[in-house]
Amino acid sequence: MFYREAGQFKTSYAADQQVFPILQDRIGVAVILGIAVFVVPFVANDFFLSAIAIPFLILALATIGLNVLTGYAGQLSLGTGGFMGVGAYACYKLTTIFPDVSIVVHILLSGFAAAAVGMVFGMPSLRIKGLYLAVTTLAAQFFLEWCFIRIPWLYNYNASGAIEVPGREVFGTMVTGASAGSVPRYFTVLAIVILLTVLVKNLLRGRIGRQWMMIRDMDIAAELMGVRPLYAKLSAFAVSSYLCGVAGAMFVFFYLGAAEPSAFSITLSFQVLFMAILGGLGSLVGCFFGAAFIWALPIILRAGPPMIGIPIAAETAFHVTSMIVGALIVTFLILEPHGLARLWQIGKEKLRVWPFPYA
Amino acid sequence: MNRHVDPREALSDGDGIAMGEVLLDVRNVSLRFGGVKAISDISFDIRKGEIRAIIGPNGAGKTSMLNVINGFYTPQEGSIVFRGKERQKIAPYEAAASGIARTFQNVALFKGMSTLDNIMAGRTLAMHRNFFWQLLYYGPALREEIANRRKVEEIIDFLEIQHIRKTPVGRLPYGLQKRVELGRALAAEPSLLLLDEPMAGMNLEEKEDMSRFILDVNAQFGTTIALIEHDMGVVMDISDRVVVLDYGRKIGDGTPDEVKSSQDVIDAYLGVSH
Repeated sequence: MFYREAGQFKTSYAADQQVFPILQDRIGVAVILGIAVFVVPFVANDFFLSAIAIPFLILALATIGLNVLTGYAGQLSLGTGGFMGVGAYACYKLTTIFPDVSIVVHILLSGFAAAAVGMVFGMPSLRIKGLYLAVTTLAAQFFLEWCFIRIPWLYNYNASGAIEVPGREVFGTMVTGASAGSVPRYFTVLAIVILLTVLVKNLLRGRIGRQWMMIRDMDIAAELMGVRPLYAKLSAFAVSSYLCGVAGAMFVFFYLGAAEPSAFSITLSFQVLFMAILGGLGSLVGCFFGAAFIWALPIILRAGPPMIGIPIAAETAFHVTSMIVGALIVTFLILEPHGLARLWQIGKEKLRVWPFPYA
Repeated sequence: MNRHVDPREALSDGDGIAMGEVLLDVRNVSLRFGGVKAISDISFDIRKGEIRAIIGPNGAGKTSMLNVINGFYTPQEGSIVFRGKERQKIAPYEAAASGIARTFQNVALFKGMSTLDNIMAGRTLAMHRNFFWQLLYYGPALREEIANRRKVEEIIDFLEIQHIRKTPVGRLPYGLQKRVELGRALAAEPSLLLLDEPMAGMNLEEKEDMSRFILDVNAQFGTTIALIEHDMGVVMDISDRVVVLDYGRKIGDGTPDEVKSSQDVIDAYLGVSH
């Protein structure tokens, strides 16, 4: 009833091609952004910001990275964790080598290291597809993990083998390291995630994004339209790995604070893949749904039952989470392969014609 | 704004070849898959501005011929001269860049994309803005996107598919999918348009619509068309010249009337009494 585009006429192609052509959507996004900027940091407590909001945003960005590759360009990847690790280690090395440069610059630059590594491991995609490609990205994952353990230069010959985040300031406020508060960290992460999401959306709705989708849907026809598979696939790997790399750097610098190689294991790859699948392959908003869902579920399961008087052991919560997530993945793959994003879209379509069943 | 552009002007192909001159010349092409000879020593030409039909029984090598022309297959012998340039080996994206577009026997649309995006996809080669402008989607990139959108909208108007502009093509009925695929090929503003069975599986009304579009494309945009079709009524009605293949060999070439009265062609289609 209230969600209806009746009377909203487009008089130019520019107006028709905007990201949110419907006024109500624009209002909705503005409200969500307003809440994220003006309400959350001042209302939420330290636990919510540090343990829920910040990792949610970072993992949403990693999911966008994977989604660019798998959901839009159709190249299955299991190397997300490794690419995130490359970003994290690159950022760590950058902060060591150029201690005076702003940490935000380092974070954004570290993605390029991941992009380069991603392009190298994307080469096989020119020859192989589907599950076989997934296996080669799996090899990338294990090789990169091995590098994080065996190349001491990467962690500055630290005896513990871990990387520890130094304290850094942005505009005179500590944003990384032990003394950084959760609010400045939240704002930095939020700004980077919003910026990169907007840029990725622009790529996706333009020529390059269309080329990725052409390769995904029908590579033979795409080639006949003039798409060069080499450029299209490697650019997808580069953009995807860039986003994963930035997410990985932020994961260590703004969330973990210190990281061992095991932080970037195959488990992380799968976690991000589940977020992409549950959220919806080929959808940006789905990345946020998927990340929120998978990240929040164990926390809710751990904190929820005690609140209503049911004691639950940490291990039980952990196992129940695994079971629920597993069941949901299977359910979604069978019933709604396009994930939460598709449900959201169906909901919006229903709302548009409400109270009638169809338009 | 300028919605009343003369389509001929808007979608002209400046390839410098006069109407009626040879646009594509197939010279003694042979194609083998291992021991199977798909095409044996075939020569024919396509003149600019004509509608050229390629017919023949199943397995005659018609689709293989199209695949040779647009670079999916490389012939073992012979060569192809397109717009005065001779070549034997070409990648499909190079063929596209040189002005060859095609549709497929089994619809090969991008199923996850809307009609609009599918036809925009046909304009890939007309878009050049680099990665950084694309990131911003502003200024030159936005202008380029809108200029191409305008061309695409002309094609959408031409093919009368305005109502399905935003519909994912996977949801469209077969006849409309075929039409969108024609639109996608047209969007590239090709010099030579290859149509692989554009009317397969259509009912009479859809065939009539499609025939009308093919004739209109040819008349309005001056596009040269080569089509494979099994419906002899359609072929004889709309094509200027026909080439007939059978078992990978050329058995007839000429106007529809000449081909119809050729004894070899009649034998190939009806069989020979022994």
